[in-house]
Amino acid sequence: MRTKNTRRFLGAVATACVLALGASACGSSSDDGSGADKEDIANALKQGGKVTVWAWEPTLKKVAADFEKKYPKVDIELVNAGTNDKQYTALQNALAAGSGAPDVAQVEYYALGQFVFGKSVVDLARYGARDHDRAFSAGPSSAVRAGGSTWAMPMDSGPMALFYNQKLFDKHHIKVPTTWDEYVEAARALRKADPKVYITNDMGDAGATTSLIWQAGGRPYKASDTKVSVDFTDAGVKTYTNTWQRLLDERLVAPVSSWSDEWYKGLADGTIATLAIGAWMPANFSSGVASASGDWRVAPLPQWEKGKTISAENGGSSLVMTKDAQKKELAYAFIEYATTGEGATSRVAQGAFPATVADLESPAFLEQKFPYFGGQQANKIFAASARNVASGWSYLPYQVYANSIFNDTAGKSYVSGLPLEKGLAAWQQASVKYGKDQGFTVNE
Amino acid sequence: MTATATTDHVRRAAATSPAAAPPQRTSRRRPSTPLNPRRSVPLTLVTGLVLVYTLLPLGWLVINSTKNQRDLVTSFGLWFGEDVNFWDNVSRTLTYDDGVFVRWLLNTLFYVLAGAGGATVLAVLGGYALAKYDFPGRKAVFAVVIGAVAIPGTALAVPTFLMFSGMGLTNTPWAVIIPSLISPFGLYLMWVFASEAVPDELLEAARIDGSGELRTFFRIALPLLMPGTITVLLFSMVATWNNYFLPLIMIKDPDWYPLTLGLNAWNAQAQTAGGEAVFDLIITGSLLTIAPIVVIFLLLQRYWQSGLSAGSVKE
Repeated sequence: MRTKNTRRFLGAVATACVLALGASACGSSSDDGSGADKEDIANALKQGGKVTVWAWEPTLKKVAADFEKKYPKVDIELVNAGTNDKQYTALQNALAAGSGAPDVAQVEYYALGQFVFGKSVVDLARYGARDHDRAFSAGPSSAVRAGGSTWAMPMDSGPMALFYNQKLFDKHHIKVPTTWDEYVEAARALRKADPKVYITNDMGDAGATTSLIWQAGGRPYKASDTKVSVDFTDAGVKTYTNTWQRLLDERLVAPVSSWSDEWYKGLADGTIATLAIGAWMPANFSSGVASASGDWRVAPLPQWEKGKTISAENGGSSLVMTKDAQKKELAYAFIEYATTGEGATSRVAQGAFPATVADLESPAFLEQKFPYFGGQQANKIFAASARNVASGWSYLPYQVYANSIFNDTAGKSYVSGLPLEKGLAAWQQASVKYGKDQGFTVNE
Repeated sequence: MTATATTDHVRRAAATSPAAAPPQRTSRRRPSTPLNPRRSVPLTLVTGLVLVYTLLPLGWLVINSTKNQRDLVTSFGLWFGEDVNFWDNVSRTLTYDDGVFVRWLLNTLFYVLAGAGGATVLAVLGGYALAKYDFPGRKAVFAVVIGAVAIPGTALAVPTFLMFSGMGLTNTPWAVIIPSLISPFGLYLMWVFASEAVPDELLEAARIDGSGELRTFFRIALPLLMPGTITVLLFSMVATWNNYFLPLIMIKDPDWYPLTLGLNAWNAQAQTAGGEAVFDLIITGSLLTIAPIVVIFLLLQRYWQSGLSAGSVKE
């Protein structure tokens, strides 16, 4: 009964037009006003008003204060309504209830599809977001755009790199790996030299897994209108599972969940030797792992094929305008300010990793020396990674849910002997089932 | 051999401990009574274990509140780190993020005063009325109250959320205070307590002397109800102070967070890109959060102990 209704609803939405990230969706039909031009926005800023922003990103605080200083009549109310999926649940509920939703919200790239599909966010192209198309680097730029619509503006990005404990590698005379095969060898060598040391930790992390599959050339998700396909059997996925299975089989990864206090401890005491993770990690290193300052360095992400320079994104978030936004011009003005120009520069200065080409290419950024990484100019590596992000990746329109069930399905491969391939197949099956229950056409 | 040694050791320890009864040969034959308790080695051991089990987390909390973030991840959990940063941690906890911790502390105090205070007033009034007045439907009220005791607050949280959302009260302090006012267990406790602690004869005497019902309640019944009142107050204070789930679903604005949600928000911060890991502040904050409850328990314990046992013996 419910499914039927949902299906009918989805059908109606589909004919209207729905996004599929990375696929060609139809042009945006303006259903609530025709947007605004620069003059309207300037007038709105003069008139003033209140903009509520839901975000947990710490550097936005200064941006909001600066914005209020620049436009004294505007009041930015910055609310931390929870982190990642907690905020998405709250946002989804408020939007469904029709009251209590903010004007602007922080949404990570992987979660964007859910809100775009649900028509919960406003097409920013109508307010002039296309002016900034060239301002953002390739990964985040393609993550927020579909067809002629721009559903969000990128706040930061997470091109991947390899963070490694140089002290540990030096101590055991092991070469820093440049390919994933070398990575496995280094894992064995480290473990042999000191049984307490693991090359990295992994208890099953959907974001990390999909990012490495992305780098390996796998494209498990395809989405176009309400048609979705989930396929964890392509060559790229196989490349990933073959290598990662070796690490799991030989017990070369620490059984520690990322972001736990145990994880921070492992990074600090040298029992976790490397992390392949997004370029936003330095801030977490210097605040959470202060005691290992000087031990760690950054290297390009290991390659699946020797000599290549392919990278992928891991994390990163954007700002959206919700459909319930009261003063849409003001909301857009704030989004624009926070993601481009002065706002972006201020956030980069506070440690955020930029999504803007201008910041990524500025000499001040590239030549910045990280005392934490022994004075290394790590941004050069990150910026190169940002340029090398492989194209054509897309997430599911219900990726938040899919990621939430990763540990119940694929997660078994990390704690028992279930082969990773079978674990991913179980994840695929559960994702397909959920998609069908929600009224999507999946794998047909 | 070992067994004898242990027994001897325990016996000696028992003999030297100040509260120990003089060693008696006859103790084996004498039954253990509350006024003349007999020592039991297994019981002492079990109690000792429970004591360690109970105090270990508290000890861990106290020890780790002296460490900074660096020592937290590098030093042994049950011993002190390189530096003692307790006062530094406390001042940073109180000032971090523009002193938001103080705001959460005041919110919690407000919720406790309004919610638990109100719940106690309602429970005392209701319990007294149900115990001392006969009116039609009393049995039905009894059934409802007993039924309500059996429903955990967690199960009611979502329906309550939907109701409050409909009334536009979510994200306001009212959404935490109003549900906290209802304490079926407190009402039941006061009901039982009042029926035992306030003799009917006393109320009748007061009525014959011409005292009005309100005056009788405030001048005669209330002082007799004091131990029960304190007990209910203590229970509802602890419940409101520790409440996590209700504010979690009701409140989105960190300005209205109680301490429980606030500390959780700090914890979540360590799990995001670019977020600052402040485990040292979370641990110090947790210690500061439980301190007032410990103080209240110590101050009020003699009242509520006498309150709990009231009515248990027929005089």
